[in-house]
Amino acid sequence: MDQGFSAVVFGAGLLVLAVLALILVSTGLEALPVFQYSGLDFIFGHRWAPNDPNAAVFGTLTFFYGTAVSSLIGLLIAVPLSIGIALFLTELAPRWLKAPAVTVIDLLAAVPSVVFGLVGVLVIGPAILPVYQWIHNLVADVPVLGTVFGPAVNGNTFTTAGLILAVMVIPIITSISREVFDTVPLADKQAAYALGATRWEMIKGAVFPHSFGGLVGGAMLGLGRAMGETIAVTLVIGGSTQIVANLFASGNSMAAVIAQQWGESSGLHTNALIGIGVVLFAITVIINYAARIIVRRAEIRMKGAGA
Amino acid sequence: MTATTSPPRRTRTGEPPDLSTQSLSLRRRLANRGMMLVITACIVLAVLPLGLVVFEVVSRGGGVMSWEFLTADIPRNYRRVGPGMGAAVVGTLVITGMAALLAIPLGVLGAIYLNEYGRTTTLARFIRTMADVMTGVPSIVMGLFIYVTWVLAIGEKNGFGGSLALACLMLPIVIRSSEEMLRLVPDELRQASAALGARKWRTIVTVVLPSAISGITSGSLLAIARAAGETAPIIVTVGIIFSANPDPFSGGNTTLAAQIYRNATLTFEGAQERAWGAALTLIAIVLLFTIVARFIAARFALKER
Repeated sequence: MDQGFSAVVFGAGLLVLAVLALILVSTGLEALPVFQYSGLDFIFGHRWAPNDPNAAVFGTLTFFYGTAVSSLIGLLIAVPLSIGIALFLTELAPRWLKAPAVTVIDLLAAVPSVVFGLVGVLVIGPAILPVYQWIHNLVADVPVLGTVFGPAVNGNTFTTAGLILAVMVIPIITSISREVFDTVPLADKQAAYALGATRWEMIKGAVFPHSFGGLVGGAMLGLGRAMGETIAVTLVIGGSTQIVANLFASGNSMAAVIAQQWGESSGLHTNALIGIGVVLFAITVIINYAARIIVRRAEIRMKGAGA
Repeated sequence: MTATTSPPRRTRTGEPPDLSTQSLSLRRRLANRGMMLVITACIVLAVLPLGLVVFEVVSRGGGVMSWEFLTADIPRNYRRVGPGMGAAVVGTLVITGMAALLAIPLGVLGAIYLNEYGRTTTLARFIRTMADVMTGVPSIVMGLFIYVTWVLAIGEKNGFGGSLALACLMLPIVIRSSEEMLRLVPDELRQASAALGARKWRTIVTVVLPSAISGITSGSLLAIARAAGETAPIIVTVGIIFSANPDPFSGGNTTLAAQIYRNATLTFEGAQERAWGAALTLIAIVLLFTIVARFIAARFALKER
């Protein structure tokens, strides 16, 4: 009985590894035809013409570009905000405010992504278009800014996707940042105060240097989450296949193109969509793995310092 | 900081230096004030989107909400104005429930391995890291995985495929949260049980698990809440139907999340109304699970030692 139980439990533990390996193998095999068909052009080609009857072309660089741009916009907004929120929760909040503030962040994490997408496409998109146009008019004559903040045709753009992603990754970056800030030794903080530091100087001098590694890890976890986010991005990114510097233009992302074209795909096109999934899987696993290692390193170092 | 600020001035020799805020240089005082304001503004900025989402969903979805909306069939014609999300409500409950039945027992067993058997062995540590990594696997990839291994194998899109995909997404969350709870069970309980002659499996089943059950329950409810709102794996594996299909093993199915996605992309008034109604229903389900989970965690949790 004891033996049986430990065997069952061991099997359940191995299940995680088995599923991860199976994902890679099964989807990889299914995508193999398109990898053979397109070769390296699958990753570096920017022409995506899956329905061309004579010679279908599967180049996914455009989608990678969309994923990268929208996630980076999201991180650019979410990282400072999350660090601010985590600082508020660990250093600033009075006791009575802490629990409600944590609840807000938890609820933000609980809202399904499709609901963010729904609000994004039907409410935020139309409402934010005048803002884009105003910004564009403001910088239209400035050489680089005029291109980056180019003309906006509708509200479904890289930037809108980035905004929605920012809201969605704030909870995860905040929770990691909080964990990291919590490990800063009290002695360091009190030493800073004893030297006459103001609260901000204490944060700058005692909290930040200790937590830099952990914060980088947290940001990377947010990046992994943002790159894999599917439905919200599908709804608000617009769905056009182009690489442009204009952040107010429509685009597409790797995850979004799978969801969008899944219903109407067949044959090699389906294999290509699965192939995009394989690439996405590889990227997110690598990012997540690296992030976890960085966070763990940072925590181990901190605990050593605290002892 | 560079030490350019003058030391606190003294009023008279022999008295302690003036340590009040007024003695700080203006620059330092402003920097401190300013940054504290910025930090407080961050939390306000986080409340904003939550408030916006809840307000929009409640105000737009509230209008179409009715018993009929929750039970009637989904109209086949998207242009039609009127209620109907019954198939999606049934589908959400059946598919998510089945996923929970798969993922929670397996996840708890996995957690038992990690905390009671594996502990700090290299393999256990590796599994722990990979479980963390698995929580970051995009949901659409899980959907593709189940499509390739299940839907292609049986040749049909059905509810169980969706359950499998959701179970894969829940598994690492359940493992990590349950392990966290098992770790809080005091070692004395295990030793006492062993001293009474109980074997290891008996100790785990009759002593360790019951002490951690509230935490495991709340973690599992949070995982269910997360899974209920997943869309991408559902649209890849489950197909689409209009009348309720309570049988996950045959015939297509649908969920609230999938219906929100389909209807949100359409410009017809009726479709968008149904999307908002479905969003309200989904948020209500998800929040219910989240609140119950938090209540259980707060009320019955083992205290951190």
